[in-house]
Amino acid sequence: MRASFWVSVLAPLALFSHSALAAEGPATLAGADWEKWSAGNDVQNNASLQRGARNFLGYCVGCHSLKYMRYARMAQDLHITPEQLETDLLIPGDKPTDYIISPMPPADAVNWFGKAPPDLSLEARLRGTAWIYQYLKTFYADPSRTTTGVNNLRLPNSAMPHVLANLEGVKIGVFRTVEEKGSDGQVSKRQEFTGFRPGEVAGSLSEADYDGFVRDTVNFLDYVGEPAQVARRQLGIWVLLFLLAFTVIAWLLKKEYWKDVH
Amino acid sequence: MANAGNTSGAAAKGGFYGWLNKRLPVQDFIDSQLIGYYAPKNFNFWYFFGFLATLMLAMQLLTGIFLTMNYKPGAATAFDSVEYIMREVDGGWLIRYLHSTGASFFFIVVYLHMFRAFLYGSYRAPRELLWLLGMFVYLALMAEAFFGYVLPWGNMSFWGAQVIVNLFGTIPVIGPGLVEWIRGDYAIADATLNRFFALHVVAVPLALLLLVMLHLVALRQTGSNNPDGIEIKENKGADGKPLDGIPFHPYYTVKDVMGMGVFLMIFAAVIFFIPTMGGVFLEPPNFEPANPLSTPEHIAPVWYFTPFYAMLRAVPDQKLGALVMLLSIVVFFFVPWLDRSPVKSIRYKGWLSKVFLAVFAVSFVVLGYLGLEPPSIGRTLAARVFTVVYFAFFVLMPIYSKIGPFKKVPDRVVYHAHA
Repeated sequence: MRASFWVSVLAPLALFSHSALAAEGPATLAGADWEKWSAGNDVQNNASLQRGARNFLGYCVGCHSLKYMRYARMAQDLHITPEQLETDLLIPGDKPTDYIISPMPPADAVNWFGKAPPDLSLEARLRGTAWIYQYLKTFYADPSRTTTGVNNLRLPNSAMPHVLANLEGVKIGVFRTVEEKGSDGQVSKRQEFTGFRPGEVAGSLSEADYDGFVRDTVNFLDYVGEPAQVARRQLGIWVLLFLLAFTVIAWLLKKEYWKDVH
Repeated sequence: MANAGNTSGAAAKGGFYGWLNKRLPVQDFIDSQLIGYYAPKNFNFWYFFGFLATLMLAMQLLTGIFLTMNYKPGAATAFDSVEYIMREVDGGWLIRYLHSTGASFFFIVVYLHMFRAFLYGSYRAPRELLWLLGMFVYLALMAEAFFGYVLPWGNMSFWGAQVIVNLFGTIPVIGPGLVEWIRGDYAIADATLNRFFALHVVAVPLALLLLVMLHLVALRQTGSNNPDGIEIKENKGADGKPLDGIPFHPYYTVKDVMGMGVFLMIFAAVIFFIPTMGGVFLEPPNFEPANPLSTPEHIAPVWYFTPFYAMLRAVPDQKLGALVMLLSIVVFFFVPWLDRSPVKSIRYKGWLSKVFLAVFAVSFVVLGYLGLEPPSIGRTLAARVFTVVYFAFFVLMPIYSKIGPFKKVPDRVVYHAHA
């Protein structure tokens, strides 16, 4: 059903996107420096935003809403044609003017996950793009978590299952026990994360492709957080140019008048 | 100059302008208040900020009117309506940023304006009342900013309001009842938001406008001070006009318009490229709706209140802390009588006065930084040290301001014409 959109969006981009985007990501699965990872996304990259929209509406919207975002506005900003929107992105039954609301009933969500999944309209502004990027890239297998079977470094004991596991696979987190002597002389043990290694369950995407997938999704959420941001920066250049011209004229006028002041 | 209404040149003329001036003294006002107002010719950089503060006031009023058209007060609607403005109202994001980031710029301008008064002794006789009126403007502005900050009903709005309103609870006897009276509920809630909206859009702006007008009227009465701290009215020419004065219009109108251009460039650069100032002007926790069950990791007011907040936290006892914070603002009112220096301007004051002013400015900035950061042992210690420094500036002023060596104040203002 969504094949035509995927082909139209992905085909021309697959050539450069992964190589360009993934090159900045971590090279190995080591990931001990995961707290320093940044999303490195670019909201001016429309192709990336389109892929991000496709990712969100394919994987996230089942549970997460974007209650301040209308399909039509998104389509307009991301240059998605009404036909593409209709056939590939709209949740069945939704109209283009509708807000992007998850079909999952909130009461069920509380039953299933213990809490309702948050609306993600402002997630990028609330937590920052780096946070979301790190969150989506630091899931690891944790059999002690009976509900989801995974844990997360960014948000320990997150209620969210690793919904992208079929793409990324499930990594193994490698920890070592560190003994620390406190100021009171007591020795306490602490688990320190040392890195990831591939798990038994492999995903359908390569590591680089998964990185691109996450980056595009974060990019899309960045856009959703403030849809006007691209227009804002474009307008800003013109405003500054106008003000520069204005100030120069005002300065010349001031100089002319103040010639009389001795 | 101020002509009696009927004999005004403009009123004697025909045409619409003559007709108008027979009935409304438009030209008389311009003649007496703008052209007839003589300002010292040696104003420097620091003298832009009074005009810029007026500009920011006008901008806040104008953008505020448009925000009010789409903002919906109420705990259930406020947050959504702000996002509606940011996303679906034409140009709404711009109006909102101009207003919310504009508030920060308003305070930047006002703080620089106040610092100017400290530099050149602009609060000294005969301008004590001008200073006091300015301080009341500042108090009204703080109230206005606080109420406005609560309106988006983000989580930081909510918890910030919680902290600030609870400060009134530290007042003995009446405190707890007073807090309830302010909130209109047993917690910060819908009723609180609605009354803060009323205060923010009607009551405080009216007070602000009245106070600003009085501030300007008092300025017209005393005339402006200047970087040399000399009264230009004491040196008048044969025509009765100050020798060192120039008509406010056109000289300072064209100069202020130029200053406005530079200021607006800086303002626009922030509005269009970093409107949240990296989370300082608009904080990330405020992109989450108010939630009484979820406290933000670290509650801090917006940067323009943080120097006072740092002093509040520096004191171990909450009641005493609130008192120290109150005093840190009240003490400004006494400055005209604390400064005993024989000269007004820092240019001619002794080195001790210069050091105290510099250290005070540093302590204000450092306290502002400390108030933004979560407390730690080191930071609390620093906050205590700088709180002492802050108060020392005021408390010791009657002593150090008398200590020279003072430079001789010239008879006439120092002005070098630019080529």
